[in-house]
Amino acid sequence: MKIVVAIKQVPERDAPVRIDAAGRWIEEADLQWALNESDAYALEEALQLKELHGGEVVVLSAGPERVGSTIREALAKGADRAIHIDCEDLGQRDALGVARLLATAIQPEDPDLVLTGLQSDDLGYGQTGVILAELLNLPHASLILHVEKSDTGITVKRELEEGWFQNIDLPLPAALTIQSGGAKLRYATLMGIKRAKTKEVRRIAAAELSAPPEAAVVLDRIALPQKQKITQVLSGSAQEAAAALVEKLKFEVHAL
Amino acid sequence: MSGILVVLEDREGRIGRISWEAVAAALQLSSFARQPVHAALLGADTSTVAAAVAAKAVDGVVRVEHPLLQSYTSDGYTHALEQLIRARQPDFVVFPHTYQVRDFTPALAARFGQSLIGDVTSIADGPLFTRQLMQGRLTGTYRHNGSGPCFVSVQSGAFRSDSVTTGTAPVESFTPSLEAAQIRTRPGAPFRAAAQTVDLGSAQLIVSVGRGIKEADNLPLVQDLAAALGAELAASRPICDNGWLPMERQVGSSGQTVAPKVYIAIGISGAIQHLVGMKASQCIVAINKDPDAPIFEVADYGIVGDLFEVVPALTAAIKAAKQ
Ligand SMILES: Cc1cc2nc3c(=O)[nH]c(=O)nc-3n(C[C@H](O)[C@H](O)[C@H](O)COP(=O)(O)OP(=O)(O)OC[C@H]3O[C@@H](n4cnc5c(N)ncnc54)[C@H](O)[C@@H]3O)c2cc1C
Ligand SMILES: Nc1ncnc2c1ncn2[C@@H]1O[C@H](COP(=O)(O)O)[C@@H](O)[C@H]1O
Repeated sequence: MKIVVAIKQVPERDAPVRIDAAGRWIEEADLQWALNESDAYALEEALQLKELHGGEVVVLSAGPERVGSTIREALAKGADRAIHIDCEDLGQRDALGVARLLATAIQPEDPDLVLTGLQSDDLGYGQTGVILAELLNLPHASLILHVEKSDTGITVKRELEEGWFQNIDLPLPAALTIQSGGAKLRYATLMGIKRAKTKEVRRIAAAELSAPPEAAVVLDRIALPQKQKITQVLSGSAQEAAAALVEKLKFEVHAL
Repeated sequence: MSGILVVLEDREGRIGRISWEAVAAALQLSSFARQPVHAALLGADTSTVAAAVAAKAVDGVVRVEHPLLQSYTSDGYTHALEQLIRARQPDFVVFPHTYQVRDFTPALAARFGQSLIGDVTSIADGPLFTRQLMQGRLTGTYRHNGSGPCFVSVQSGAFRSDSVTTGTAPVESFTPSLEAAQIRTRPGAPFRAAAQTVDLGSAQLIVSVGRGIKEADNLPLVQDLAAALGAELAASRPICDNGWLPMERQVGSSGQTVAPKVYIAIGISGAIQHLVGMKASQCIVAINKDPDAPIFEVADYGIVGDLFEVVPALTAAIKAAKQ
């Protein structure tokens, strides 16, 4: 099976977020970056399918120079090669605009399976994989935890709300968005890290793929969220705060 | 082009709360956009649910019916709605942000050269749409640019379903042309995982742990607190994804919904998918080292600090108080 996995580099989870001067995005200067969580599961699913059925795993990422480190990480975990779409203006593109870039790069690869994460941890659109399916004219399923090859294509396990699941049969080629938790993630081995250095990373300029589009949807400004409740913050040392909380639970909440 | 189309979802012949919330959002949008609101229902036979919607203050109900819409498929819904939207040319198409809507609306919007403004939490004049970014640590305000329908989905709990008043709306039918060969996927019947052995739903006290705990080896810290309190132990998704606690202890949109007297969230950031499962708790306590963590937006009591210091202190204080 030839599998393309779209991976996105996002700010490290615990990274402090500061709104930039224009109020339109966060200060990126001293951020740490990481592989998007559900994309790590998409990559894992792809690697396991390759181990079972053979084939090739190609990772694809659009973004500036810095995404190279996340691509190397994926190669170190076992992806065979990578495509890096050099793109400095991701922020000006909406979900459709990013998906168009990715789709144009995927098309000539003609894969059996296109995997994406379910949702990016920064923008959280949860759309790119489904749009890719549409642009590539592939059947798709979203929120997938597990993929199994069948006689006619694949059977996937889809998560539904509140602890329910569903199996879906799809023909190949197909596109899937992968939910977290379906498999145990692997770490890159030292050998893997060494090998990654020799693997192919093809760089394509975004401009070669599609003209900077007119976005249908524009992010005007960002802000800190508004509080719904007034939180009583219990201050002091850990012991003082703990003692204060016990008082509250006892005398205000009557829970002790 | 004009009008607001709101697409509702029914389950076993009932319109869910989140779909009524989508109607509320559409009505709010209509107060800015000054356009009529029509509700669409999809299925093989939508008569019962259409009657329920027609008894509300909308301007019309459209029954989009075809035998191939009997059960949901992305292909079936996308084709049917594409035809409806081309025929009616609404300015706005509003959906509840359910798993089903996530599954097909991005493709539907793409057919119109559009991007969905998804998981919207509020709508202001403009119209401007607010949604969460960075897992709830920030919000972003979006606007639609240019021509073509604007696709919007609304977050569960963000609009008030009880603001939808009664009325009498005309009902019309729309029959999309669909062929079996257009539907490329074959969905199976929903099933549940193995029988649940813990019932978090009826627990009075819950201690819930998130990724702030860092390692499985640190779990005894929160287990001790739960034991001292006589509370059930619960967790956010990453803890269960990692296999540190069984999935049946997961609270949130894909886990359990709980409403205890006290919910103590430890090292949990407060992403919306977690909040929907616990925000009905009577008293929420958050322990988190990040004062801007979104969990504090819903917490009654907060301790900003390192859980590795606060939790043992709390366990000791509770033991002392109970003596
Ligand atoms: C479709 C879908 C369904 C989902 N379903 C669910 C669901 O059912 N339930 C669910 O929980 N999630 C669900 N999620 C995932 C959700 O979006 C979040 O990713 C998840 O809830 C985050 O878990 P967390 O808060 O434990 O981790 P993080 O977001 O990583 O937060 C960890 C927190 O710990 C704090 N912390 C770190 N170290 C310390 C310390 N030493 N002391 C104190 N605090 C510390 C940090 O400040 C941070 O706030 C779903 C996501 C999607 C897309
Ligand atoms: N710039 C990008 N490069 C590669 N993959 C991406 C990019 N943006 C989004 N994706 C993929 O699409 C998924 C969903 O992203 P989103 O629609 O932004 O929530 C991510 O988990 C990635 O798999």
